[in-house]
Amino acid sequence: MRLFVIAWRNLWRNKKRTLITVSSVFFGVILCSLMGSMQEGSYNSMISNLVNFYSGYIQLHNEDYWEDKSINNSFFESDSLVNKVMAVDGIDYIIPRLESFALLSGGEHTKGAMVMGVHLEKENALTSIAGKIIEGAFLSGDDEGVLIGFRLAEKLQVGVGDTVVLFGQGYHGITAAGKYPVRGLFKLPNPNLNRRLVYMELKKAQEFYGAERLLTSYVMVVKDNKIMKRVLPVLKNNISKPYKIRSWVEMFPNMIQQIESDRSSALVMKGVLYIVIMFGILGTVMMMVTERRREFGVMMAVGMLKYKLAITVFYETLFMGMLGVVSGLLGSLPVVGYFYHNPIPLTGKVAEWMADLGFEPYMFFSWEAGVFINQMVAVFLITIIVSVFPFVRIMKMSGVNALKG
Amino acid sequence: MSIIRIKNLHKVYSQKQIPVKALNGVDLTFDEGEFTALVAPSGAGKTTFLNLLGGLDLPTEGSVEIGGVRIDQLSSAEKTKFRLTNIGFVFQAYNLIPVLTASENIEFIMELQGISKRERAVRSRELLEAVGIPDKANVRPLQLSGGQQQRVAVARALASKPKFVLADEPTANLDSKSTENLLDIMLQLNKKENITFIFATHDARVVKMARRVITFEDGKVINDEVR
Repeated sequence: MRLFVIAWRNLWRNKKRTLITVSSVFFGVILCSLMGSMQEGSYNSMISNLVNFYSGYIQLHNEDYWEDKSINNSFFESDSLVNKVMAVDGIDYIIPRLESFALLSGGEHTKGAMVMGVHLEKENALTSIAGKIIEGAFLSGDDEGVLIGFRLAEKLQVGVGDTVVLFGQGYHGITAAGKYPVRGLFKLPNPNLNRRLVYMELKKAQEFYGAERLLTSYVMVVKDNKIMKRVLPVLKNNISKPYKIRSWVEMFPNMIQQIESDRSSALVMKGVLYIVIMFGILGTVMMMVTERRREFGVMMAVGMLKYKLAITVFYETLFMGMLGVVSGLLGSLPVVGYFYHNPIPLTGKVAEWMADLGFEPYMFFSWEAGVFINQMVAVFLITIIVSVFPFVRIMKMSGVNALKG
Repeated sequence: MSIIRIKNLHKVYSQKQIPVKALNGVDLTFDEGEFTALVAPSGAGKTTFLNLLGGLDLPTEGSVEIGGVRIDQLSSAEKTKFRLTNIGFVFQAYNLIPVLTASENIEFIMELQGISKRERAVRSRELLEAVGIPDKANVRPLQLSGGQQQRVAVARALASKPKFVLADEPTANLDSKSTENLLDIMLQLNKKENITFIFATHDARVVKMARRVITFEDGKVINDEVR
């Protein structure tokens, strides 16, 4: 107890120096928190756009489908399969899809498009696509029409009420062709989907591709990544050939690699910042130890064991680091909180570049506890590392030499 | 009865690779309850002698035995623990812990000994009364005069109920009134609690009050006078 008190009071013997050191930690933590929050926010947005507007967390396919996304690698709708999947605790609902490619023509323009045959009601429950219609209306019942991404519509120069022609290869090589009225234009957060996606009612898609009662995937909707991790091994265990269960992580390994590589580069930047912080604290601690050499000698003379002295200096280092972290986190929380609710819109070339990469042109922030806990852990580790120096100096200190100052 | 036995004590320092003999074959014994002054000009080995006696330094040759324990043969941690329970130190520059109040400085030693909070508070109050500054319990060292700081230092030295107190020039920075007060206090404690006091000094006022005066010259005892 007394060691804590002594350490805390020692900290304020040179207020200016302590405040300068704490400030260096404070600014470092603010920068790292903002950087970490921005990074994680962007990743979360990417993942959220992917799983909430396209893939879902888990999908069931024919075992060959993901490597060769041909409609020939589809499977038959099956109530028993659905029941088997739904029996797993944690799965909210399941969405059937038939997905393939086709050429989409409107007037003189033609573009390749991804045609997604969906169960309207269930698909809307996952993607809220009805709310993303910016022109026209959502499909209803066994609607003969299609919904197309607003960017795709721009390219084809078509609008609501116009007719588009779809042309592609159907099941087992049959020719798939048809005319469909455009019922609505949608705008999803993922710019890539806006440029190439066409929604169609499932039955109509099956007719178009000559793939009656066939599906390319069942999308399994779970609440979040945590539940996915719990449910995934159970599903993999329960569902056997010719089906295969894949998580979004397995379906989009490139995205994970991209995130990991981005995290690594950011880690280098944070590392540099933390090294600066570390040397700031180390400098102060070195001065503290050198200045108080005589005092340490006295403490040893009156009967204080060296390791207790070292612990006192460790507490001082820890207090400095923790004061910086706590103040830094208190300072960064409102900023991060504000930007979490109000992402920064990007403009100009950066926005275009982001859209080209398939990302929303916004700087998103994350409010995850991990972003802040990481800073605490990093500064705590720094104080441990920095404490090694005074610890070694004190343990090597000779009482009589220390008394000479 | 001798509580301290010093035999053939030598200490050689190396200054810029030139050996300097600080102590050159000292043989001494100290009895319980002594009030002794070690007198010598500067550099004659007084402080070195006290450092060896307190286990702060290692002799080049010879032995230091206190209460049957060869402290020159103890490890660093053992010596520290030995000092904690057997030896009190009073330094020329007071050397109080600046961030602790007077009573906290006194209690600090007792806390290291593992004495309970209540007992510490009682003894700290008693000691501050004994050294004549009970009203300064909650004052930090920098707000005390030199004399008051040295009184706290004496109280701190006595906090652990040591067998003897080593005082290195304790009056060097004090005016004559403070010196007189401090010596009176130490003499009273010596008589009342039978604590052995050994002073390294060249202050005539201390020498005058000492019951035994040992004179050092060139690292040797040249005179040992019991009054």
